Amino acid sequence: MMPIWMEIVVGVLLVLSSLFALIGALGLLRMKDFFQRMHPPALASTLGAWCVALASIIYFSVLKSGPVLHGWLIPILLSITVPVTTVLLARTALFRKRMAGDDVPAEVSSRR
Amino acid sequence: MKRLFPAPWLSLALWLLWLVLNLSVSPGNLLLGALLGFLAPLMMAPLRPLPIRIRRPGVILRLLLLVGRDVIVSNLQVAWGVLTCGSRPPRSCFIKIPLDLRDPNGLAALSMITTVVPGTIWSELALDRSILLLHVFDLDDEAQFIEHFKTTYERPLMEIFE
Repeated sequence: MMPIWMEIVVGVLLVLSSLFALIGALGLLRMKDFFQRMHPPALASTLGAWCVALASIIYFSVLKSGPVLHGWLIPILLSITVPVTTVLLARTALFRKRMAGDDVPAEVSSRR
Repeated sequence: MKRLFPAPWLSLALWLLWLVLNLSVSPGNLLLGALLGFLAPLMMAPLRPLPIRIRRPGVILRLLLLVGRDVIVSNLQVAWGVLTCGSRPPRSCFIKIPLDLRDPNGLAALSMITTVVPGTIWSELALDRSILLLHVFDLDDEAQFIEHFKTTYERPLMEIFE
């Protein structure tokens, strides 16, 4: 049986995580340009995912009265895979905006 | 040995990953995990990954803690920026950061750090790896930001990889 304070801790973590995911989605809606819009979704994949993982670790560790630690693999695998798509999107947007002559910095590589 | 296990750390990590995912050390899972750790690096070998040497575990641990702290701080800053963007739009901009780190594995780790921290996005790396173009969500003081970036992330990565 789970003590009541443990249930509160798990509940708070889950609410916090959904709050961060919600703010991330709200940011996607409210930000003005593409690059600004790339920042808020990271809230869901970092603190949002961390809080869920921590909540699941605490919940199942208490339930099975032994450490159940593999929830931590989710944040680790996320932090390996998310940068791939993020960097790809940023590079593509930069390329397209330069082609279109928008207000973005010029290439940082000096021509040889 | 080197031909059979071109990336021993990757093999070990995959084996451990398999065991932790299955939450068991039964002989069958030990064998399957070992098979995964043996085959995956062999299949990746045509990609010619650069060999990696793990050095300074203490510095790695400290860097992980610092990045964890920065991720939490940046999460709160971006969340606050989103909630208050009606009255005070975030000062987003691109900045150029001169880099001293040249090791490709170190730069890969740096790109992971900058994209995992919500407030920054890795946008472009110069061909000669001397300049990094970074998009920052809300920039306060450019000189201070570059100083923080170089001391917290770049210097430990240079100690680890170079």
